[in-house]
This record gives sequence, C-alpha cells and structure tokens, in this order.
Amino acid sequence: MQVSSNKEQMQTPADTRESVTFGANRNKDFSKEPLCLSGKDVTRVFHTGKTTTTAVDHVNFEFHKGELISIVGESGSGKTTLSKMLLGLLEPSAGEIFYRGEPRLIKSGKQKRKYWKGIQAIFQDPFSSYNVFHKIDNVLLDCINMRGGRNLSKDEKIAMMTEACSFVNLKFAELTNKYPFELSGGQMQRLMIARIFLLKPEILLADEPTSMIDACSRATILDMLLNLRNETGMTVIFITHDIGLAYYISDSIYIMEHGKFVESGRAEDVILNPKAPYTKRLISDVPKIHEPWDLSTVG
Amino acid sequence: MKSTFKNILHSPRFMVGFIIFVIMLLTVLIYPYFVPRDPLLSLGKGFLAPGTYFSVYDANNAPMYRVELPEAAANRLQSDLPESDRKLILDFLKAKGADTTGLNTSNEGIEALLEAWSANYDEADVKKSKYDGFSTQAKRRALSRLDTKLKSFASGVSMNVTRGDEEGAEATKVSGADFARVDQVANTISLPLGTDNFGRDTLTELVKATGVSLLIGLIAGTVATLLGLTVGLLAGYMGGIVDDILMFIANIFTVIPGFVLLILIYYSVGQEARGVVTCALVIGLTSWVWTARSVRSQVISLRNRDHVNLSKLSGHSLPRIVTTDILPYIASYVVMAFILQVSSGILAEAQLSLLGLGPKTTDVPTLGLMMNWAKLFGAYTSSNAWWAYFPVILVIALTSFSLNLMNTGLDQVFNPTLRD
Repeated sequence: MQVSSNKEQMQTPADTRESVTFGANRNKDFSKEPLCLSGKDVTRVFHTGKTTTTAVDHVNFEFHKGELISIVGESGSGKTTLSKMLLGLLEPSAGEIFYRGEPRLIKSGKQKRKYWKGIQAIFQDPFSSYNVFHKIDNVLLDCINMRGGRNLSKDEKIAMMTEACSFVNLKFAELTNKYPFELSGGQMQRLMIARIFLLKPEILLADEPTSMIDACSRATILDMLLNLRNETGMTVIFITHDIGLAYYISDSIYIMEHGKFVESGRAEDVILNPKAPYTKRLISDVPKIHEPWDLSTVG
Repeated sequence: MKSTFKNILHSPRFMVGFIIFVIMLLTVLIYPYFVPRDPLLSLGKGFLAPGTYFSVYDANNAPMYRVELPEAAANRLQSDLPESDRKLILDFLKAKGADTTGLNTSNEGIEALLEAWSANYDEADVKKSKYDGFSTQAKRRALSRLDTKLKSFASGVSMNVTRGDEEGAEATKVSGADFARVDQVANTISLPLGTDNFGRDTLTELVKATGVSLLIGLIAGTVATLLGLTVGLLAGYMGGIVDDILMFIANIFTVIPGFVLLILIYYSVGQEARGVVTCALVIGLTSWVWTARSVRSQVISLRNRDHVNLSKLSGHSLPRIVTTDILPYIASYVVMAFILQVSSGILAEAQLSLLGLGPKTTDVPTLGLMMNWAKLFGAYTSSNAWWAYFPVILVIALTSFSLNLMNTGLDQVFNPTLRD
C-alpha cells in the first residue's frame, strides 16, 4: 500500500476542476472553531426478540463549525445508525448528543422542527429520497417556506429556486412541473444539493450521497458539496465506505468499525499514518488503476 | 397517474369485473323507473312459476281472433291432462290387467295412453268388477269423471261464456280456435322470475335486494376500510406504545372468529333494531382488523424510507406526513382492500340473513333475506321453486365474482410481478 501514490492519483481530478482546491482547509485548525455537534458515549442498541445488536457503541466525537468530517466504515459498521441519531430521527439508547455545546433537546415536535432548521441531510439513494407524487417545484418551495419565505412573492420564490438550481448546474425552467423521477440519479442528487443551498443549514449530513451514481456524476456532486461548504461555511458530515473519497474531500476522518470509532483525526494524519489495523486495511483495499490490486486483505 | 389509469383500463380482468358490476348497478338504478312497484307487494299466493299471467276474466272481454293452430288440440290435451290423470289411467290399466308395455305418462305417450283407455274402460264393467285399488265408490267416480273429461276432448265441444257488462251481457260460444291478443287483455303481468312464497314478484324483489345488499357492502366496506386504515396508519407510523395498544385491540378481534362475533352482536341487538344501516355498521365494525394489520405492515416499511425522513427534516407535521408521504403510497392497496371489504360485507349479510339474523324483514329485501325466505318456505324442497333462490345465488356469486375480478385486475396493475 503506497499512500503517497494514492494522494497523487486523487490530486489529479481535483486539480483539473475549477473552483475546488484539493484540501482547501487542510491547514486550518478547526478545534478553535465553535462546537457544532458533539457526542459523549453515544450508544444505540437494537432488540429483535432475544437478539441484541449494538449498532453504535459508546462513540465520542466533536464536529466544529465549517469542518468537513468523513465517517468511514464498511457496511454494517453503524454509520447510518449514527447519522440517524445525529439527525434526530433515532434516539440514542445511552450517551448524549450536544448541539452547539448544549445537550440536544428534541422531545417535542416544535423542538424537533427547530433542530432540523440547523441540520439537514442528503441521503444515499436519490431515487427513494423524493416523494414521487410531489413535483420538483414543491420540493424547492418547501425549503423556501421552511426558511420563513412563505410570504415572499411568487417572482421572488422563482428567483430563489432558479439561483439554487443554477448553483448545481440545473435549469429551473426545465425542471418546473416535472417530477423528480423524470431526472437522472446524478440530477436528483444535484437537486438535493440545491435544496440544501436554499435551506442553508448549519450542519449538512451527507449519507453516502455518491454511492448510487456514476463516477462522473460522483466527482461533480463532491465538487458541489465542497463549493457549498466553502460558500456557506456549513459543517459537512460525509458518511462513506470509500476512504479514498473521504481523503479527497475531508478535513477530519473518523474510522468506524463494529459501532466504534477505532481511529480519528485530521485527514492527512489518518490516511498517511494510519494506526488502527482496520484503517490500514481500508486504505489497502482502495483499488488502484496503475498497479495490481492487492486482494490478500480481502475477506 | 395517466399511465396507471391506462393500465387499469387495459387490464382484461378488471374490465370484465367492472362491466359486470356496472351492469348490475345500472339495473338496480334504472329498473325501478320501468317497474315502479313496491318490491314487497304481495301479488298472489305462494310460489308462481316464471311467466306472463293475464286475467282470465279480462281475456274473456278482449277482442277475439280466429287462429287455426295445427298443434292446438295436442297442446290442449297435454296442458289439460295433468300428470295425476295420466297416472290414474296407467294405474287403472294395470289393475285391469291390460297390456301396459310401452305406456308412460310423458307428453309423447299421451295418444297411446288414450287409445288404451278407450279400449279398456267400460263404466259398467268397473262398477261390477271392482278392480284392485278401485273398489271404493270414490275411486270409481274419479274414473268416471276422467272418462267424461276425455270424451269432451275428443268431441271438441265449445264453451259458453258471457261477454260485456251486466246490462249488455250476451252469451257467446268460445271454441278452441278463438284467440285473444295478450296486449289487448286489460290485466296482464309478466313475472320473468315468478313469485316467492308471499306472492311477491321475485325479479323486482331481487333488483331491490341487490341494491340494498350493495349498500350494505358499501357502508360495511367504507367503515371497515376507514377504521382499518386509521388504526393501521397510527399503529404503523407512531409505533411504540400506540402500536402496542392498537395491535392488542386488533389481536382481540383476530382471535375471536369474526362470524361468531357478528352472530352474537346481531342476536343481542334484536331484530326490531336491525335496520340496513345497523347491519352494515356491525359488519364494518367487526371486519376492520385485517385491513389494519396489513396497512400497519405497509406503513412500517414506509416510515423509514428516505422520502419520509426528508419530509420530517422539512419540518412537516405528523398529519401532513401521513396524508402526503405515506397515504398516496398505499392508496392502491387501500382501494383493493376496500373492494374486498365490500364483497365480504355483501357475503356476511347473506350469511347472517340466511341464519335469520339479517335486517328486519318488513322494510326491505336483501339477498340474504330472500335466501332465508326461500329456505323457510321450502322453495328448495317441497315447492321446487328454483326461481325463488337460484337467481339470488347467481347475483351473490356475480357480485362477489365481479368485485374480486376487479381486485385481481388492480393487483396486477399495481404489482408488476403479477402481470401475465
């Protein structure tokens, strides 16, 4: 496994695209930034009959404002369960999540709605992320209404939707009155980013947003996420099983195995000097185009 | 949506079921305009076989036409010599010891029977010999009356009738070649399905009963579907303690056999209080469970879908998420469940009424009540009045068949894996 060659390979596509600089904030010390989201001994246990599964096992984390964090692990490692807990869609069985340094209180519907103004998500499967009965206009209008734009004029709303769509290289005029399922997977994920652009949340949780789309669209989506972070300064939590992608876009990386964080730190430290055997295995499993793929670690 | 409708219209099963159902529905709606008769009006006494009936009195006063029908005499003989008379002839011939080989009581064998009768019957001989079985005077008189009747057929005598009103009445001879036109007879009634034991026109009663049974099915289906849908949505979406409580109630209903529960409720309500709506409501209130359970399982699989999570993150309220993000996804399933509930509501009413637990009998007929009356008054057995129960069975079967066919057709449209 040669990490340096990995770095070189991944620098190439990033350098060729405008507006994205690989590792733009790599040198920034985010620990000085205010805390957005943190967790202490966060645990989630599922009970199925007599079987008990600990999906997330006493994890601790600190995500700072403007930071782009990747949570990396294989399937079943607990990434999605953790992301649902971070989003407030699932309650931790034990431990506590802190929002802006304060214990997160999302018991009532009102508290939840307030919390969700600060945190939004992009899900893995663009094809199931949209209500097939709602037109694209409605999806975007919902976001404007959520940001308090209910009383804006129709023209103002259209202008906002057009701006959001052009941010992700989509033409609103071509999308109006269409249903999301009429778009390609890549376009759907771009529309999801347009949604985030309109909502401008403090934290964006992207749960494997590129795993179900083609390689070209993947690079575009990643660029757009980076652009969004750079423009709005939002915290982005990027959940992926692909450590290469994580290294490409992250400031910090958390490696998750069997519900636990086995290693975390600045992206370069984790990738260039991995300590945990699991991290080393993940890095060695990244396919390389110009050299034989070492399959000895597989299985 | 457009393509869904197109697929539905292209589903042969749905269309066959739909056409049968629409024909029945249109009949129920249109028939009363053509026959505005009270379906429970008693027109006569006992089971009248299907056919057109006309007043003999009015036929006498109707204009007469001479029609020379070649088979008139044979037909008259067949019609006027009932089975009992034919059997009497055969019994007499056997008692006398005549050769009865090849003789029978069928229409085709009448001529041979009459020939044998005229060759063997002699009134004086019968009085003297007292054949076995004909030794009593009553029996001998019966033979004598039969002989007179048969002789009158042979001689072709005409009948004296009085025509016109009392003042201008005049006696007229009516021969076998005098005919009246049915539409010129003042009082005729067409009873395509005869009458039931109360002398009610079975067809009119059947059409009304079909309408009432469809109404019962519709109310029962609506109640069961709405209740099942609400319970299923709440239990499935909210989960936790709400799910536990609702499913506990559903389980109680599941373990008690639905039909037994229906019988107990109906019996306790009492017949006087059992109107059509009450019947329908009770059926609906006892048949929501399986809709609730299946809606719940569908909602559980839907509630963790990304589009629902996204709706939650967009700050939508619970009613809005349920109505816009979950309900449209299970709408096709709910429509199918509704159709099945309507069908089972109609069948449940028929079953209950057959047991004598249906709506009170003085207001309206239902398909089940008609079956019950046919059973009580021996239409199946002693009267052999097939018209009093067979058309009812056919309508129940057709209704159920059409609704189930529509359901299967819809299932194929909404579930591509079931398409041919």
